[in-house]
Amino acid sequence: MSADAPTFLGMPPFPEAAHEALGNEQLRHNLRRATGTIRDKRAQVIGELDDWEGLRTRAALIKDTALHDLDRHLVELEEQLVARGVTVHWARTAEEACMIVGDIAQSHDVDEVVKVKSMATQEIELNEALQARGIAAWETDLAELIVQLGHDLPSHILVPAIHRNRTEIRDIFRAEMGQVGRAAPEDLTDDPAQLAEASRLHLREKFLRARMAVSGANFAVAETGTLVVVESEGNGRMCLTLPEVLVSVVGIEKVVPTWDDLDVFLQLLPRSSTGERMNPYTSTWSGVTEGDGPQECHVVLLDNGRTRALADEVGRQALRCIRCSACLNICPVYERTGGHAYGSVYPGPIGAILNPLLKGVGHDEQVDSLPFASSLCGACYEVCPVKIDIPTVLVDLRAQVVDAHREDRRPHAEAAAMRAGAWAMGSSRRMALGQRASGLAGAVLGRVSRRANASGRQVLGWLPSPGSAWTRTRDLPVPPTESFRRWWKRTR
Amino acid sequence: MSARDEILTAVREAVRDAPRGQPPGPQPTVPPTDRSAMLERFAALAADYRATVIRCKASEVSVHVLKALRDARRVILPAGLPEVVVEAVSGRLGKDAVAADAAGHAELEGFDAVVTTCAAGIAATGTVVLDHGEGQGRRALTLLPDLHVCIVRSGQVVPDVPDAVRRLDPQRPQTWISGPSATSDIELSRVEGVHGPRTLVVLLVGDR
Amino acid sequence: MRVALMATCLGDTMFPDVAKATVTVLERLGVDVDFPEAQTCCGQPMINTGYLDEAEPVVRVYHRAFADHDAVVLPSGSCAGSVRHQHEIVARRSGDAGLVATVERQAHRAYELSEFLVDVLGVTDVGASFPHTVAYHPTCHSLRMLGVGDRPRRLLEAVRGLELVDLPGERECCGFGGTFALKNAEVSSAMGQDKADSVIASEAEVLVAGDSSCLMQIGGVLSRQRVGVRTMHLAQVLAAQEESA
Repeated sequence: MSADAPTFLGMPPFPEAAHEALGNEQLRHNLRRATGTIRDKRAQVIGELDDWEGLRTRAALIKDTALHDLDRHLVELEEQLVARGVTVHWARTAEEACMIVGDIAQSHDVDEVVKVKSMATQEIELNEALQARGIAAWETDLAELIVQLGHDLPSHILVPAIHRNRTEIRDIFRAEMGQVGRAAPEDLTDDPAQLAEASRLHLREKFLRARMAVSGANFAVAETGTLVVVESEGNGRMCLTLPEVLVSVVGIEKVVPTWDDLDVFLQLLPRSSTGERMNPYTSTWSGVTEGDGPQECHVVLLDNGRTRALADEVGRQALRCIRCSACLNICPVYERTGGHAYGSVYPGPIGAILNPLLKGVGHDEQVDSLPFASSLCGACYEVCPVKIDIPTVLVDLRAQVVDAHREDRRPHAEAAAMRAGAWAMGSSRRMALGQRASGLAGAVLGRVSRRANASGRQVLGWLPSPGSAWTRTRDLPVPPTESFRRWWKRTR
Repeated sequence: MSARDEILTAVREAVRDAPRGQPPGPQPTVPPTDRSAMLERFAALAADYRATVIRCKASEVSVHVLKALRDARRVILPAGLPEVVVEAVSGRLGKDAVAADAAGHAELEGFDAVVTTCAAGIAATGTVVLDHGEGQGRRALTLLPDLHVCIVRSGQVVPDVPDAVRRLDPQRPQTWISGPSATSDIELSRVEGVHGPRTLVVLLVGDR
Repeated sequence: MRVALMATCLGDTMFPDVAKATVTVLERLGVDVDFPEAQTCCGQPMINTGYLDEAEPVVRVYHRAFADHDAVVLPSGSCAGSVRHQHEIVARRSGDAGLVATVERQAHRAYELSEFLVDVLGVTDVGASFPHTVAYHPTCHSLRMLGVGDRPRRLLEAVRGLELVDLPGERECCGFGGTFALKNAEVSSAMGQDKADSVIASEAEVLVAGDSSCLMQIGGVLSRQRVGVRTMHLAQVLAAQEESA
């Protein structure tokens, strides 16, 4: 792909990135419409099941016990894969994983690979690494194609081009398809069916030509050496079936112990992600099948921060994540900022915990800003099919960020304010003194305030920084001259 | 230390002090109370995801296969299909109805349709599952042609996903199919027909 | 049964009328309400901003102040949620087994107002009358952290003269989120704006919620835009005995 594909490197901290997103009316409109649609669909298909809560609990338990014995399951998975003709590789870091995939490509002398949509390969920035070695990586999922052709970044786990509407997509197809293969038809309109048809034609030649494919996996079954890819369009089937060589990059947390465990996840995932009872296509394969599909298979087992996350007592539950995106679709913050503001391929509530857990806190302002990118409303926890208590992990990560900066040479104004607040709240006498001061301020401000709210209470429309962050958009009631505490003392 | 050993060591270190839970037993499967309602549900939900669903008696299969093939001129008939179906389709198309055992991908592109059996049907989701055994062919056969006619015997339909998972053999490659290829990538509105077969016809045979 | 009122730091300092209304409702129902003056704050502002060490003395103050009470009533789902679900975190981190034990023994005695009225007193009709059109915003922590369910709604439905209207998108957060309102002020404001829009769309005269903080957010936006919708705490509506006009 062209050299101007952007990356998330150097993204500003969340509040700054959100500022830009909030100013983009089109983006907010697209997002609201799309997330609203998917929320309704999800609610409907979940309502069809008798015991959704029971399924969630089972899934969480399966994942937790699998993670507890992950070393054993990984070794078993490796044995089973090898027994079925697969070459297994282990990668500690993104660089190692990219190196492995690149070496395989080079050993087959290919200059292009087709790709199944995969979060792990995005996380390790495989496309960029392959490109640096002269190998083109073609994204074949429609949304990924839109992002790739648009020289854009993904903004959603499931629907990476959710921020684009149909007209924008048509313009991208018209301008870009011809640069890298079969051009879009001259008379292409913005009808979604026509856009899908254009991508069908554009990609078909690539599917038929490619000798190597790269995939991820939604699940890896340890006892049978089975990989599972869940998809909608059939591009996954194309990549998993037609090329001679298949490389699957799989995060180590994707392991489930037994084949039977899939029953729960194949019920939870499609309903939570696309709001369907079942996604159009699910492919499972256990190693090389003679005469059917790729005859050379590789699996790259990827750490890249997962063992760090696993060591986090509160945060390890994030490794249960099956990448369904339900938390993004329900999140009021995500709905207003979109995914780019999170500066990662993992946006939204899950990204706000997963990124700090994978990368660690205390050394990157952008990563440190993510746990605070939430009002802690808890809607994400409510919809999570594997019951990740995202709000609790967020609060724990906030504490980790604060702790990581306790020794900073220049103390943060917020830390000083919190210490002062804690000091005041550490005794009722001190709190009462503070209230006396705010009561006096209230008496003065009540006289100068020219405005009252609908209840007749005087309000402030302006405060100096940092209070201006509030009053820029919101009035604040003038403090009452008498606290409850004083009233109680006076009247009782 | 090798990457493998380092990762495995890090995994063990990470959970050394973590409390161990009990894995849940297999999900209890609910026996279908009413077989005909289950088949109705399978047919209705497959249709809900835009598959064309036809219910027929065993004796009518070949008639309906021919009907479903419409004006398809070149058709793949994987080895192991019921004889009556092979005879009927070959009777109409002659040498353009083939097993395509050795055909390359480019050659498969030239076919209009494929007729297969399946390994299971799932009522709660309207899904058919191929395990690419007898009558189903290798995976590419059901991928490149634009029309897929899938014969499901009523006895193959199970109530829900757990029943199917238990019934299927993980050692075989599987393709779970719920309606034709689709995408929701443009404004999350569903469009049928991207890369896989754009038309899926499910022939539910028996219990009629 | 010894019942204490926890006014909450925000209620005590900024919204004393809410605490007074809580007393009015409880006393009307025959509860002898105590206000332990040693109380300050639940510690949530520090906890949710990540300052757990700083929260520890505040959590200690709470449990000392309410050590002798069988029930602590808070006119805030958020503060009740913090006591019940977050104090344990602070206690464990302190490494003080005594504090852990105290929290384990006492935290569950914290009740959000509607929980106390419906579950402990077994009352839904508190003898209020409030002849106005009301929309109810079910605040996130009441809804999802505590699971108060339809208790506030049942209480409101029993208020004479009150007409309860639907609030579109009621389950969605108002955008307050404690220090989120300052640290991510723009996103918070955008959320508050949308909540205010749905309040306007509800055509209610009064917006009611069980948390003063959320009301401060929504009311702040409504007031800035000079929308004539009043915001009132659930306790204030339940305390009201207005005659219809």
